[in-house]
Amino acid sequence: MSVETHEAVHRHEPPTSFIRKYIFSLDHKVIGIQYIILALVAVVVGMTMSVLMRMNLSWPGTNWPILATLFPGGAPGGVINPEFYLSLVTMHGTIMVFFVLTTAPQGGFGNYFLPIQIGAEDMAFPVLNMLSFWVTFVGFIVILAAIFFSGSASTIGPIGGWTGYAPLSALGQIAGPGQGMGMNLWIISIAIFCVGSLLGALNFITTLLNMRTRGMSLMRMPLTCWAWFTTAVLALLSFPVLLGGGILLLLDRLAGTSFFIPGGLYVSGILSGTTPSFPVHTGGSPILWQHLFWFFGHPEVYIAILPGMGATSHILSTFARKPVFGYRAMVFAIFAIGLLGFFVWGHHMFISGMSPYSAMTFSILTLSIGVPSAVKTFNWLGTLWGARIRFTTPMLFAIGFVSLFVAGGITGLVLGQTSLDLPMHDTYFVLAHFHLVMGVASIFGMFAATYFWFPKMFGRFMNDALGKIHFWITFVGVYCIFVPMHVMGLVGMPRRYSQFTEYTFLTRLHPLVVFVSIVAIITVLTQFLFYFNLIWSIFKGKKAGPNPWEATTLEWTTASPPPHDNFAGVLPVVYRGPYEFAVPGAPNDFVMQTEPETETERAGGNGHNGHRH
Amino acid sequence: MGRALAVIIWILTLGSVSLFFVKQWWLPGAISSHAAALDRQFLITIIVVGISFTAAQVGLGYMVWKYRERPANDRAVYTHGSNRLEVIWTIVTAVIFIGLAVMGQSVWASLHFNKAPVGSFQVEVVAQQFQWNFHYSGKDGVFGRTDPSLIDDSALNFIGLDETDPNAKDDQTHSVIAIPVNRPVELILRSKDVIHNFWVPQLRFKQDLVPGMAIRVHFTANQTGKYELACAELCGQLHFKMKSYMLVLPEAEHQALMALPQDQFQSRITELLAKYPLPTY
Repeated sequence: MSVETHEAVHRHEPPTSFIRKYIFSLDHKVIGIQYIILALVAVVVGMTMSVLMRMNLSWPGTNWPILATLFPGGAPGGVINPEFYLSLVTMHGTIMVFFVLTTAPQGGFGNYFLPIQIGAEDMAFPVLNMLSFWVTFVGFIVILAAIFFSGSASTIGPIGGWTGYAPLSALGQIAGPGQGMGMNLWIISIAIFCVGSLLGALNFITTLLNMRTRGMSLMRMPLTCWAWFTTAVLALLSFPVLLGGGILLLLDRLAGTSFFIPGGLYVSGILSGTTPSFPVHTGGSPILWQHLFWFFGHPEVYIAILPGMGATSHILSTFARKPVFGYRAMVFAIFAIGLLGFFVWGHHMFISGMSPYSAMTFSILTLSIGVPSAVKTFNWLGTLWGARIRFTTPMLFAIGFVSLFVAGGITGLVLGQTSLDLPMHDTYFVLAHFHLVMGVASIFGMFAATYFWFPKMFGRFMNDALGKIHFWITFVGVYCIFVPMHVMGLVGMPRRYSQFTEYTFLTRLHPLVVFVSIVAIITVLTQFLFYFNLIWSIFKGKKAGPNPWEATTLEWTTASPPPHDNFAGVLPVVYRGPYEFAVPGAPNDFVMQTEPETETERAGGNGHNGHRH
Repeated sequence: MGRALAVIIWILTLGSVSLFFVKQWWLPGAISSHAAALDRQFLITIIVVGISFTAAQVGLGYMVWKYRERPANDRAVYTHGSNRLEVIWTIVTAVIFIGLAVMGQSVWASLHFNKAPVGSFQVEVVAQQFQWNFHYSGKDGVFGRTDPSLIDDSALNFIGLDETDPNAKDDQTHSVIAIPVNRPVELILRSKDVIHNFWVPQLRFKQDLVPGMAIRVHFTANQTGKYELACAELCGQLHFKMKSYMLVLPEAEHQALMALPQDQFQSRITELLAKYPLPTY
């Protein structure tokens, strides 16, 4: 009991000033919500850009008067020009990958729920936590600045795709529109983002290792915590490499270095070294940038999706009313994905000109990573087997996650093969693959998380009817958008083309292109139901108690919303594993982690808390 | 709700799979000697993908259909998993996935682990923003010297060919690539500015052209005709227009073409482009 008394003495009162409470807050819950709001704003920007891209691709040459008003430079006469389109591609990818898929799952939900789920009062370093958000926020402001100060009247940002391949990204204005100030800002934004993510990652790792409450052994942690922890380790090891690469790229652009620029280039009619605007370069390697970028870029894929996997496992078990099937296997699979994730970056580079022998190695490692991914899928199905499923909105999205993860992930079997990458590389097949698995599946994980944890965060449910409409349209919509893109890839449709009008072999795909665009616009509009539901429910939603879903983990032992120090000064003590549903003989169909052991269990038991240490 | 979800999952699965049976939207007809093996590997893989996808979705739909909540005190099955199942499905998927990866290497190896056969027809490819330049060695079979400092766009010397080099005398350049049928072709790929990518869908072949590197690749085209050539690596504003054609010609016609001096060479290629139609899709 002395522990509880000790904690009670140190009970933390919330700050009273508005600025310390809501703006420069040290409270991990407020910071989590700040990250989520950042992602919610960023995703609207990213989605709007995708709608503009679809309009341009399906109805080429159409005059959209509104675009002429909004973007007189990029869409003169209302017709989107090629460089405007390519800057949309670049900004859409960058904003979605960095400011949506990396912020909401980890910085948002991870920040809010990791400390509560392990029974801690806050993160290990609250100040660092605040800094990590505000640094990320500055990164977002800088990427928005790239829209307005792109260095070219006809673009809203740089041209380079989210991968920013050198030397296109390294040469500066001379390489064409979209290579001026916007590219500098793009690099600076990503560098700032790297710093913010590093601060966050350090905090997550320290918190998880050091601040678990009494009884919360590693193998009693919810799978969400394992996912956030592994994600933090990936971020810690991969972001510094991108940061280094970004700095080198900026030096190539601004200081005349030649990390990524080889000698003897002849760009836009000018030979390297013959004018001051194009200084002499020699000895740089364009492929080096790709190695640095993808050494970060592939783990980034898992940074985006692991938290979604964690949330899905957590939510599936809760609404299946059944323990997670193969908890240990799930933990090992997360680790295996994280570890292998660092050895497969070369599959983005089979056709880059790197050694064909290393391509072979990367190929075999890449298909190996399908094994832990499949193991996770089998265990999700195992969790549903023999279940008593409650079809709540979060459960629908979690089931949707499983379906979409399979749909998007399985085509990695094609793309991971060296020879099959020859026809598929840089086509819409790739686009379809990674949008489904890294984009849509991850977002479904986050939708599930939002509907699931909203009652905890705000003390009210989100509207269920709206949530279900949101699910049905979005689920069918994303299949109709991204599956046809696979067949576009089979035919050979290349990515990052602002029009498909130049090639005869692409004309037969036009009906599909139009179909995809129409569904995409409907699906995007449907997302505003979700936004409306969020805001409406904060004020008008049905009230929720501390444990509205009859769940088992620690976040459900405290009030909704939790007090400033999470557990009102008394840290919970954990006696059992995280997913004790349907325990035979127990009075309810769920046994919370804080439920003390019964006499029979203490006397040797029959392994109900299978993960006891 | 559970039944509706199951049905939707099954319908989406059926719809997704059936899209891959539309012949018009399948890979275009292949024209290279390695394509048969590649297409076979593709088909095997897509069948494995299709079966796994369908099995997983049908299984998911089944769980959702069957195990919906029931009234009263009927609880779910209490189990934490099965080590035996974990071992079985780990091994089975490992064998299938890694097996596919290993099988997929043979085409790759045939293209990339060997040098081009002796007697291959060589073309030097020099890409630049939004334009392809193909450099042919002419009758002597030896490429003239090139140097970036000799590039002169106004004289149409896009590749910086050294006119004083005797080997350059009979060299031709053109924006269209003309290769012989049924004879190995070796490309020497360079770029003047940024990364581009050589992509002819019917060839089942793709390779980046990286500035600062001369990447050698080889393949054999086995059907005559005219095919669209695209750039498949984002290279800037007019990337989508960086288009040209690949002519695959009968050996005699090709030899005659290569023997022509530069001025006649140009007009002959124009004639050949008109002579051969694009494949019908």
